[in-house]
Amino acid sequence: MVTVSLYHYLFVSTILFSLGIFGIVTRKNAVMVLMGIELILNAANINFVAFARYGNFGFQGQLMALFVIVLAAAEAAIALAIVLNIYKVFSSVNVDEIDRLKE
Amino acid sequence: MTLYDIIFYLFALVTISSAYLVVTVRNIVYSAFSLLFTLFGIAGLYALLGADFVAIVQLIVYVGGILILMIFGVMLTNKITNVQIKTGVFQILPATIGVGIFGGFLLAVLLNTNWLNLNVKDSPATTFQLGQLLMNEWVLPFELLGIVLLIALLGAASIARK
Repeated sequence: MVTVSLYHYLFVSTILFSLGIFGIVTRKNAVMVLMGIELILNAANINFVAFARYGNFGFQGQLMALFVIVLAAAEAAIALAIVLNIYKVFSSVNVDEIDRLKE
Repeated sequence: MTLYDIIFYLFALVTISSAYLVVTVRNIVYSAFSLLFTLFGIAGLYALLGADFVAIVQLIVYVGGILILMIFGVMLTNKITNVQIKTGVFQILPATIGVGIFGGFLLAVLLNTNWLNLNVKDSPATTFQLGQLLMNEWVLPFELLGIVLLIALLGAASIARK
């Protein structure tokens, strides 16, 4: 008898989401903030796939998870390009030192 | 406890403990490698949920692509020779309290909600069905995503070259 149910997956994704927020709030390095965002996106993805399996919604939840993965890839590329530019201007990527939009 | 349960708890343990390391370890390179294990664990959870195609895409795109980008970002924005590869942290205490309250609230909501919980049978292979959906009902979002990816790559290249 399998005891793992929807609740177990939702529990895991809730913990991941909270940890992601913790990472975004406490880290100074911009790349680490990006890692927190990735954790949050993965938590949302687990929810999509878990509801797709346990909720009898067909395969559209898995499709949404694929879309989220693609958008996360685009977001990571853009964000890292921006981070590299910030590094060129400020010589560091600590988010608490970046306080100017102009060079 | 069946084999399914044991494997689930194994993957959940790997995922959560390495995610905890990602957000607490000071060394950025260590945290990037912990993120690798988190993403692997999540791919395992997808596979347990019967989403084989999503699991493979997770491995290829996240572990093979995004994580490598992250590590490039770490390497290019730190003076490795000066041992400046640690990240500073701030507002640990308020963040811990806030995230604790928020996470407890979310857990309370999820445990008290009466979710639709069907006992599903083993799901079939998903690749064929996903392909059918992508090429029929969801063809417009699919094409738009292609355009978004193209624009994002062009934008990233032009921003990084400036």
